[in-house]
Parts: sequence; C-alpha cells; structure tokens
Amino acid sequence: MKTANAPKKMYIRIWIALLALLALTWGLSEVDLGPFNNVAALGISAAKTLLVVLFFMHVRYEPKLTWIFVSAGLIWLLIMVDLTMSDYVTRGNVRPTGQSWRHTGQIDPATPATRSPD
Amino acid sequence: MNNPPTALQDQFVEMPQQKEAATLGMWTFLATEVLFFGAMFMSYITYRTAYPRAFALASHHTILLFGTINTAILLTSSLTMALAVQAAKESNSRWLFRFLVATVLFGVAFLGVKGLEYHQDIADHLWPGPHFKSGLPPEAQIFWVLYWIMTGVHALHVTVGIVLLSIMALMARRQKFSGAYYTPVENSGLYWHFVDVIWIFLYPLLYLIHRYAA
Repeated sequence: MKTANAPKKMYIRIWIALLALLALTWGLSEVDLGPFNNVAALGISAAKTLLVVLFFMHVRYEPKLTWIFVSAGLIWLLIMVDLTMSDYVTRGNVRPTGQSWRHTGQIDPATPATRSPD
Repeated sequence: MNNPPTALQDQFVEMPQQKEAATLGMWTFLATEVLFFGAMFMSYITYRTAYPRAFALASHHTILLFGTINTAILLTSSLTMALAVQAAKESNSRWLFRFLVATVLFGVAFLGVKGLEYHQDIADHLWPGPHFKSGLPPEAQIFWVLYWIMTGVHALHVTVGIVLLSIMALMARRQKFSGAYYTPVENSGLYWHFVDVIWIFLYPLLYLIHRYAA
C-alpha cells in the first residue's frame, strides 16, 4: 500500500480471482464428483464471499468490534441451520417409549406406562 | 442537532468514532438481512434434503447461461463499487461519479438479463401451479417456488441498491463527498456487496445441481 494505485491494483486482482472462481465452479459442476459436487460448489461460494467481505467490504482493515458484528450474522445463521437440520434428519430415529421419565420398573412395550398423579 | 452531516455530531468524541459507529450500524443491518435471506436458504436446505432427485431434475430447467452471465455482471459491479469507494477516499469526485454510474449500469444489466430469463422461464411453464411443466415430479414445483421467491427478493434488493447508488451518484456530482466524509458511499457499497454475496450462493444452489447429468 505504498503507492496511491496499490488498492486499485489489488481490487482488480480480487476481481480476476472472483471471475476465475466463477469459471471453476461452472466447470466443476459439469463433472461427476459424487457428493463432492456440493462441497466444491459451496466451498467456492464461501471463498468468493471471503474475498468480497475481507477486501471489497474492507473488513480486513476494520477494528475487532466490526469483526464481531460481521461474525454475529453468520453465527446465528449457522445455529438456525444446525438446530433445524438436527431435527429434520433425525425424525423417525427417535421413538417415544411411552415411559414417564420417573419410571424405573420393567419396560413393557404392550402397555404404555400410565403417569402416576404426582 | 442541525450540524451538517459532514461535521462531527454532538454524540461523538471524534470523526473516527463517528465513522466506526456508522459502519457497525450498517453491519448490524446486514446481519438482519443475513437472517432474512437465511430463512429462505433454510427452506431450500430442508426441501432439497427431502427431495434431492426432484431438485436436481428441476434445476436442469434453469438457464445456466443467463445465470452465469449475471454472476459475472454482479462480480464486476462489486469491483466498480469498490473502486468508487476508493475514489471517494481519494476525494476524486469525478471518478467517484463515473464508478457509481458504472455500478448502476451493471445493476440495470443484471435486471435486464434476469427479465429475459424470467420471460423464458414463464414461456417454459416453470411457474408453479396447475399449468406447471409436465414430466417433472410434483416436488419439482417446490424448487421453482423457491427459485421465484429467492431470485425475486434478490432482484428487489438489486433494485433498492440501484436507487441508493443513483442518489449517491447525484450527491457525488454535487460535490457532497470528500476524503474527509464519504460514509453514505461506503455504507451503500456495503449493501451492494452484500447483495452480490447473496447471489454468489444463489448461483450454485439454483443453477448448478447435478449439471453433469443434464
């Protein structure tokens, strides 16, 4: 960043990298990589996002407080996706037993446990 | 209370603090935008996990060429936007104006291509409902519902960005900005880049599912 043109040159390099990543993600989508097609597509999107956020949006040069605010949006998004999917992908795997959590006796699947009035 | 916007406002100690507060405010807004789009991405993930085959078949009917051209247009508009902010920082209002106009024109080009694409999608019976394209599994309509909502809301954001940057261009023409004060340009830029990032994810999720099998 010595000369006045340094940031402009850097922006143009970032732009070339972004277009190269676009070509790469398009090209890879035409090849059968099995489950890695999704990994490649989202990985490249994440890389492009990182370039845009860190350089075009100047987050790299911002104070730590801004970093925390930027991360907050991503973290809450991940919490939403994580908790929602941990529900959807495990549905049917967890069956209610009909047992009260207080029940300590023999489990009889034929007769659902009756909750004692306590 | 009636300080000009370029001056230090009463509630701040110094200009850098004022600028940092504006940046933080903008990022807080963008975090709410992440969650706004996040809900739609969540629906997408849920339904694609449930119907992976229908989503792949449905995705083959998106027009890859238009999607790819539009991605390139938006990435390039992000470059001109970053160069606009740099020009503002250097108090170069002539190039600030030019780069803002270029960014607006790329935004309009994006909407133009999207309009052509929408036109072709509708002609191809890809609007969900009773007249939906035959030969696709019924769940493919869920993909197309998400396609129309997500690209539609994104296009709305592009439109807002175009209006915002047009106002910035007019203000730049009236010499409202300098290296000492260009916060509105910077924050409009953050909004524009954010809209670009949303598209960076929409592109593979909508256009590139199982392309090799198409």
